[in-house]
Amino acid sequence: MSKIVSNIILALILILSQGLFFNNINFLGSINPFIYIFFIAYFPLKNNRSFFIFCAFIFGLIIDIFSDTHAIHAAATLTIAFLRPYFLKLYFGMAYEHQVVKFNSIELRQNLFYLLSIILIHHLILFGMETFDISKISLVIKNTFNTAIFTLIAIYILFELIIKRAK
Amino acid sequence: MQRIIYFLIRNKDFILFLSLLTISLSINISYNEYNKSKFFNSSNSLFSSLYNTKLTISKYFNLEYQNQLLAEENRNLRFQIYNSRNFQIEESDFDKINFNVTSASVIKNSYSYSNNFITIDVGEKDSIEIDNGVISSLGVVGIIDKISPNYSRFISILNTNFLLNAKFKKSNYFGILSWNGTNINKVQLKDVPKQANVSIGDTIVTGGNSLIFPKGILIGYVDSFKLDNSENYLELEINLATDMTNIENLYVLKNNNIKEINSLDE
Repeated sequence: MSKIVSNIILALILILSQGLFFNNINFLGSINPFIYIFFIAYFPLKNNRSFFIFCAFIFGLIIDIFSDTHAIHAAATLTIAFLRPYFLKLYFGMAYEHQVVKFNSIELRQNLFYLLSIILIHHLILFGMETFDISKISLVIKNTFNTAIFTLIAIYILFELIIKRAK
Repeated sequence: MQRIIYFLIRNKDFILFLSLLTISLSINISYNEYNKSKFFNSSNSLFSSLYNTKLTISKYFNLEYQNQLLAEENRNLRFQIYNSRNFQIEESDFDKINFNVTSASVIKNSYSYSNNFITIDVGEKDSIEIDNGVISSLGVVGIIDKISPNYSRFISILNTNFLLNAKFKKSNYFGILSWNGTNINKVQLKDVPKQANVSIGDTIVTGGNSLIFPKGILIGYVDSFKLDNSENYLELEINLATDMTNIENLYVLKNNNIKEINSLDE
């Protein structure tokens, strides 16, 4: 029970800090880290998959209303929520299938690769849908990589602060 | 039949994913044209009150620069008043005013996407209407596209859907101003006839062809120019006069004659 409440509080904090603070960083002109991916990446492992996908969609929609964008965050968040089990299987293999993976004791290398792949997919869909123009594909890819670096750093710091500490 | 149901149950997550993805894609496509979004904008009350709270805290950090801008503008206005012959406006002249000016401040600025919208703190109650022009003390910044009782949202000049008629200050050659989404300091002016005598540093202002802005409001300065693919028209890169990353005090312009002018076209 307390876990559900703490997750809802975490979601609210992430939404508010993304909308009010992290959307306005504009590092080097226009780079804003999307720290709210943290919620999807480290959502509890034992979950109802349909519920998780639906949650991610609603979560993305709220971010969309905050950023004045049209369901692009919703689509990107939804996709990484759907793909998450496949990435977990890819990077944690047998340990995930036997349900013994714990986020607070995973290796640094596995963790970074896992994070990087879901961040890249998220950003690619986000910027792709936002630009919605195949002739500007180079702009999309440039934005994706620039932003992904900062998102990765920001989420890893959050990981150290929230999950490693809770251990 | 049983097999179909079994198939549906086994793939329910995938079906859920696909249907939600379709919903978000259709939202994205249908709202990509502006003037349409009813639901997805931060001028609705809950979000704008949140942004307002944030603004009251964060605006103190920018006071010095904004003061400087306002002082500069005051200086210019005084200069104009003292140099015009009849600087006293009579009461009766107010009926003939073409543009109403309302001052506004930015609640939420955005420039990191390719379709940027900005929210300001005036709305229907201040008699703002859709398609009013928005300027800063340095030049054009956007056009109102969505209003609520106390707030409104406008399409920033840094929006790939933004189009505006613009001309040279020194001659009457005009073109279409738009933004290609790459550099937040530069916009593009297209379809300028080749015989226009362009030089770097020329001033670009709004043309009188649009009913939204009065003629001659500053937009920016020519940075570079080249022939476009058809080789008949010039394509110009314009340095924006306004720093879109640092705007706070804006003015909304409302054309009082728009109904009369539009009635001619019907």
